[in-house]
Amino acid sequence: MEKVNREELQRHIDSFAGKEVYLHLETTNGSYAAHFNEGFFNAGAFIRNVQVRYELGKVVGDSPHRVGLKLPYGWVYAQGITHYEVDEYGRLLMAGLDSSGKLAVALELSETPFAY
Amino acid sequence: MQIEKERHVLVVFPHPDDEAFGVSGSISTYIQMGVPVTYACLTLGEMGRNLGMPPFATRETLPEIRKNELRAACEAMGIEDLRMMGLRDKTVEFEDDEKMVQLVTDLIDETNPSLIITFYPGYSVHPDHEATARAVVRAVRRVPEADRPKLYAVAFANETADELGEPDVIHDVTAMLDRKINTLNAHASQTVWMMKEMEKKLADGDSEAIERFAKEKFYSYRWHDDFEETF
Repeated sequence: MEKVNREELQRHIDSFAGKEVYLHLETTNGSYAAHFNEGFFNAGAFIRNVQVRYELGKVVGDSPHRVGLKLPYGWVYAQGITHYEVDEYGRLLMAGLDSSGKLAVALELSETPFAY
Repeated sequence: MQIEKERHVLVVFPHPDDEAFGVSGSISTYIQMGVPVTYACLTLGEMGRNLGMPPFATRETLPEIRKNELRAACEAMGIEDLRMMGLRDKTVEFEDDEKMVQLVTDLIDETNPSLIITFYPGYSVHPDHEATARAVVRAVRRVPEADRPKLYAVAFANETADELGEPDVIHDVTAMLDRKINTLNAHASQTVWMMKEMEKKLADGDSEAIERFAKEKFYSYRWHDDFEETF
């Protein structure tokens, strides 16, 4: 993955618009957050291989960026996106990595289902 | 204490590298004694957070990387019977509980272990660790008491010492330090930043680090203080 180039990432997001795509969305503090820092309120969410079709997708802000997808009856967004790549299967993989390289958020789009 | 010779050792953990720091020296010792070891690893650690800076992996390439690391770690320990059970990281607790017990029961029936090593339910911090521990304890509980394999459990929650006291099983694995270091290094995506510091401490003869590294500690599961009455 490379650091986000906003114009390029915008073009990739545009290329999935209007298509039925599989979505991976994840936020995490890590399962040990409350172990190393007692009292830490650990929260996160994960969905994988949910199908959506968005009419409009946007990358906004300076890095870390926000990415939002407008659906016919709803929204998807991720905050904190720093890196992305289009992989060998044509999937758009976006992630937000902290300064030590730990993933805090991921948003991925694919025309074919992600592995299990 | 002397590491007891076993008929067969079954190790059940949810993530590649769960065995590395606390158990790999014991595993290597069993292998060296000629005791067969089966390692059932439930997931591939697909949800690991460390992708590096600059990134060396994506969310989608991490499982393959960790699968290869797991194989290399088994080679370092000498394990020939590695089972990758195909579950997904961070979802183990949401699987059907009876299915999880069956998964462990099948492994027990097939390998007929005299010792099983897993996490201690209630004291293993990560939800996957806890779910794995519950499944193993439930499966072993169903074995008639006279035939039950021993159950050594790893516990590291902050309240462990207060509530469980000191571990009753302590293995000195000083003779296996090279294999243990190789095992940890095999899981490079998870350990590389830790190992630099660790290897330096060991090389400098830091006695606290050597003590922590060379002593693997387990709790014999307390059937008299079971985490639940029945399942």
